[in-house]
Amino acid sequence: MSRDLAISVKGLTKIFGDRKVVDGFDMEVEKGTIYGFLGPNGSGKTTTIRMMCGLLTPDGGEGHCLGLDIIRDSRAIKKRVGYMTQKFSLYEDLTIAENLDFVARMFGMKNRKAIVAEAVRDLGLEGRAGQLAGTLSGGWKQRLALAACMIHDPDLLLLDEPTAGVDPKARRDFWNEIRRLAARGVTVLVSTHYMDEAVQCDHIAYIAYGKKLIDGAAGDIPGQIGLSTFVVTGPELTALEDRLEAEGAAGQVIRFGAELHVSGTDRAALQALAERERALGTHEWGEKKAGLEEAFIYLMAGAKDNFGAEVLA
Amino acid sequence: MTRKGDLFSFARFLGVLVKEFIQMKRDRVTFGMMIGIPVMQLLLFGYAIDTDPHNLPTLVEVADESPVVRSLTAAMDTSDYFDFIGIVTSADEGEEALKDGTASVVLTVPPEFERDMIRGLTPEILLTVDASDPVAAGGAIGAMSGVVETAMAQSLTGPLAGAAATPAPFDLVVHRAFNAEQQTSTNIVPGLLAIILSMTMILITAVAIVRESEKGTMESLIATPVLAAEVMLGKILPYVFVGYVQTFVFLLAARALFDVPFSGSFLAFFAGFNLYIVVNLAIGFLVSTVARTQMQAMQLSFFTILPTVLLSGFMFPFAAMPGWAQALGTAIPATHFLRLVRKVMLKGAGFPEVASNMAAIAVILLVVVVVALRRYRQTLD
Repeated sequence: MSRDLAISVKGLTKIFGDRKVVDGFDMEVEKGTIYGFLGPNGSGKTTTIRMMCGLLTPDGGEGHCLGLDIIRDSRAIKKRVGYMTQKFSLYEDLTIAENLDFVARMFGMKNRKAIVAEAVRDLGLEGRAGQLAGTLSGGWKQRLALAACMIHDPDLLLLDEPTAGVDPKARRDFWNEIRRLAARGVTVLVSTHYMDEAVQCDHIAYIAYGKKLIDGAAGDIPGQIGLSTFVVTGPELTALEDRLEAEGAAGQVIRFGAELHVSGTDRAALQALAERERALGTHEWGEKKAGLEEAFIYLMAGAKDNFGAEVLA
Repeated sequence: MTRKGDLFSFARFLGVLVKEFIQMKRDRVTFGMMIGIPVMQLLLFGYAIDTDPHNLPTLVEVADESPVVRSLTAAMDTSDYFDFIGIVTSADEGEEALKDGTASVVLTVPPEFERDMIRGLTPEILLTVDASDPVAAGGAIGAMSGVVETAMAQSLTGPLAGAAATPAPFDLVVHRAFNAEQQTSTNIVPGLLAIILSMTMILITAVAIVRESEKGTMESLIATPVLAAEVMLGKILPYVFVGYVQTFVFLLAARALFDVPFSGSFLAFFAGFNLYIVVNLAIGFLVSTVARTQMQAMQLSFFTILPTVLLSGFMFPFAAMPGWAQALGTAIPATHFLRLVRKVMLKGAGFPEVASNMAAIAVILLVVVVVALRRYRQTLD
């Protein structure tokens, strides 16, 4: 069963001080897929990734990564996993080539010169191999970091918010690269909080306050929650938004440019609301399939309440 | 916990080492400091610190104008420790001058001094010294005994030769065992080596290691198969090299500028010196496990410097400190290295004489390494 799974963890738990940062986390990632790992800041994404690649020892739970035990075989896992940290973690005072060479040495690569030269060529940085990494722009730093964690040809890539603070063009290039790698059979686990990146993933898990709230194929998630959405257009949307929020019956009201998306899990109640509002004649109310964005905002709001209650209890 | 693949890899260690050297080379300011600071400090302190007082303003109150007394005051005047600035007629006047600082020394010769001396009555000469600066006072008292001997040898000849055999009528018994140590710079310079090595080794190691976790590069590093031992050795060895360069420059300058002798066994020095470098690197490593930022590492390192300077016997005589301070000083590696260096360089010692100092450093090293490694394991998780 675990043969076609790149990652399979159960009940993963990590406690820092008296805070459960990751709480009973289960996850299965199929080989060769791009798995999106979503959640707000501080939700435990980084800690979970660190436990999977052997940087942190879990306080509870068990699991396998590339068929190796994450607790006992962490060193063997490190050799086959490429981990890209959230913050740029190459040496800014080393050149591009020196950084790549250093990583190649750390992984004990045999023909380092050729590998580094190839990586530099793939990056399209041939003329700039002697440039200090610290002088690169954000986008280039990310690409260099990706190249560095690919240098030992790993089977699994763990990318921790790789595109944070990178401009849209560089983000697009970055994702093209990730898709190319996935096509070659590399499994990619990527954490992000950009919705447009989430839809690029084959599979998504949503984590908040250390707990996995939901996982599934990107398109299935709103359906799993059972979310219904009405799109409202018309004049003075802000006033309407305020009124609906004050009323509190509408569930979740989000502004998307010239549209208001009203969502909730009780479709009948939403329909009744739509009928009432249509009767006033000022706004257009049309039902649409709930998207990922509505789904995640819904999840995030729910999680926050849960957490608040937990803290008070 | 040895498993397959857990063996020390020379290739990875070399990788860390090369990286560390490249970074050192790029950081021109720090590199310059590592070489420049020892030289600057050697020049500054070697020339500036002089515990031998010179030209101390001296007053005399002489009630006996005999040849012996004249020869004594003349000897004092030519010794360049003392600088006669005048004559006082009463004890009160001399006391006043000491109080307001116009004089540091007052010499009082009682009436009938020469006659009493010849009769063997051992009269007293009073040397009042401003002891608010104990170092200067000590120096003056020390110098005085030499001066007295010279003066007596010159004047007690012929009919007075008989009196010369009796011990000089002064209780200024300050004995300096090694002539070499009368020159302050020969004493200060080897001591400085201990202080400067300690300062740079602790500081630079601590900062270099903390920089890795502060900049986030440690996270990437430990995500690779590299072992902690490979990282530590690879990071520390370049600084051992720095320590060698510092010491070489230092010894060269000490020889060329201050004529500091190197009379003992070089091998004994070399062994002790290596041990001392390692213990300081270990302390730097320990500091790095406590500090979270480079700034903290720097501040913590500075905290270690002051006790090293003050309690090691570099600045103040170790024997003069109270018991608890001596105990503290004994825990400082510089204390032992200082003794080792002085023994070897100035007193011509070899291995047998410095074995106890080396053993003391080894004990400190053991304790520091155990504590540091225990802490390091905790900070990895």
